[in-house]
Amino acid sequence: MFHNSAEPVTLQAYLLLASFLFCIGVWGLINSRNAVRVLMSIELMLNAVNINLMAFSSYLDGELIRGQVFTVFVITVAAAEAAVGLAILLSLYRNRVTIDMENFNLLRW
Amino acid sequence: MNIDHSIELICFLTLSIVVIAGSLGVILLTNIVYSAFLLGGVFMAVAGLYLLLNASFVAAAQVLVYVGAVNVLILFAIMLVNKKEELKPLKNLQIRKILSAGVCAGLLALLVRVDLITPWALPGPNAIGEEATVRIGEHLFTDYLLPFELASVLLLMAMIGAIVLARRDVLVADVGTGDSVDQSLIEKAKTPILIDKS
Repeated sequence: MFHNSAEPVTLQAYLLLASFLFCIGVWGLINSRNAVRVLMSIELMLNAVNINLMAFSSYLDGELIRGQVFTVFVITVAAAEAAVGLAILLSLYRNRVTIDMENFNLLRW
Repeated sequence: MNIDHSIELICFLTLSIVVIAGSLGVILLTNIVYSAFLLGGVFMAVAGLYLLLNASFVAAAQVLVYVGAVNVLILFAIMLVNKKEELKPLKNLQIRKILSAGVCAGLLALLVRVDLITPWALPGPNAIGEEATVRIGEHLFTDYLLPFELASVLLLMAMIGAIVLARRDVLVADVGTGDSVDQSLIEKAKTPILIDKS
């Protein structure tokens, strides 16, 4: 499946890579106790989605490449998300003097 | 299999290994600074994958925005909140990790199954290759014009929001009298917003 003569790297290979990356990101998101690492995991998940979009754009939508346009938008929103997320993190750190996720339980039931 | 095919395959395999190993390092290493630099490596490898997919514009945007902006921002955040703190040991932490690993493995199995079983409409239309940048520009100024403009507004909002959230209301002492300049700020400050741990 991965070694046909027409294309050396198939669409499925990119999709598998993106699936692995996304699952690693989800695990890191759940298990990180450092708040900065949670933001890093979110970036990993966004990159997995971007790989998916780019692979589909190249293999299935080669003329219109709408996936690449979507990837540009995702990169834009990710930059905004990182800026606001880190600002929230700094503000939290100033209030609670910790970055342990287990201590951010003000709104917990 | 001729030489360019095998080179493309070798490039893909190398970049995949870098991406997977780097992301595992990002979430598993205990030192957060190592994680941040590994994250930069993962971003670069993903940009390499985009180059492999004939998308030079998006690869450049990935390097500029992710490696140049987001990763540097994360490093700044690490420096600003860099405090060695002993994490309280939690009970059931190991069970939690194993359970979430099981959930993630299930999700991975589901995704892999979908990837491999779905009959994708291959082969699609011929890729336009190096004209992709021109085509992206056409898209951005015709049928994706509204999202493009909204993205600029979103970036402006994020910029102002980040400044407002991260701003530090410093009480500047007056040089002559030694009194603090902004008295009303002290009176309003019921919550300890000005804890200085430095």
